[in-house]
Amino acid sequence: MNALETAASASRPSLPNLFTGFLKIGLMGFGGVGPVARHIIVAERNWLDDRAYAELMGLCQALPGANTVNAAVMLGDRFRGAAGALTCVFALMAMPLLSLVAIANLYEAVSDHPLAQVALTGAAASAAGLILGTAARLLAKADLARWAWVMAAAAFLAVGVLRLPMLPSLLVLVPVGLVAASLGARRV
Amino acid sequence: MERGIFGQLILTFGTISLMAIGGANAVVPEVHRQIVEILGWMDAPTFARLFAIAQTAPGPNVMLASIVGWHVAGTSGLLVATGAMLLPSSVLALACSRGLQRFSGNRVVRIVTLALVPIALGLMLASGAVAALAADAGLFGFAITAATAVVTYRSKVNPLVPMAVGTLAYTAVWAAGLV
Repeated sequence: MNALETAASASRPSLPNLFTGFLKIGLMGFGGVGPVARHIIVAERNWLDDRAYAELMGLCQALPGANTVNAAVMLGDRFRGAAGALTCVFALMAMPLLSLVAIANLYEAVSDHPLAQVALTGAAASAAGLILGTAARLLAKADLARWAWVMAAAAFLAVGVLRLPMLPSLLVLVPVGLVAASLGARRV
Repeated sequence: MERGIFGQLILTFGTISLMAIGGANAVVPEVHRQIVEILGWMDAPTFARLFAIAQTAPGPNVMLASIVGWHVAGTSGLLVATGAMLLPSSVLALACSRGLQRFSGNRVVRIVTLALVPIALGLMLASGAVAALAADAGLFGFAITAATAVVTYRSKVNPLVPMAVGTLAYTAVWAAGLV
């Protein structure tokens, strides 16, 4: 039995409890939901302890999709089955989507104005820098082995510079990465 | 053509959902390639602006799909694109979560994570590069991109702060007639 299951059998939050928890995560996640999610899941609601949360996040990282959405699916399912998973994802997305619609309508209302276009062009340049800076920070923190740096560079070159379609790129990169990772893991 | 658009949104974001290693920040180049280059639904600067709006809103970064859906087909487009982006990866997460309760998958998870993290980070850099080019904001735009990247790299300040500063700086330079 792993840590996640131990936590799940200890206390099973109700559907309304899950709903309000993930509603809050979605609402408070301005500029990234990661830290808020940890605070609410571990500190505020006591759904998981630190170890189980780290285990859950590790699993989310190994899957496609946003980490928080995957966490919502898995926690909801562990505690309350498929209905729990649906509840958590819906609660997580509800407020962000509402505010997105509000922002988008605001954009539409002003989009003919040249100043709005200029401001959004500046915002777009900034948003690109945000992603680059985040990626650089994660790369610096990740403590990658040499083969892993090669994989990161190959992914960047294939999709970012050569602009190759992503599916064939991944169909090459992921198997190569898996082989390298299993060889690397054996050596450690 | 309404149905054609919704079908295309489902197809595009449904497949991108399963490629989103580390979330939607890995798939900006692919969304750009399909939406701007292949489908021609919008030009690159519009795409970059929608991307900026999605970054400004709270919540998981999958909302790039939502805002693209909204732009091409209104509220129903938003709902369809969001659903298409969420459903395949969520079903996979559900299956894995249940599967791992029966099989002890810790070693497999560790190796998959070890393999995917560098790829996800390389893709994230690619996303930033593609978004910077799509913004089409000129030399000063690149300066703003670089400055935001450095601030984000060095400090743990809320991302909305450098974004607001970058937007104001670009607008001020435009008002001064320099871009």
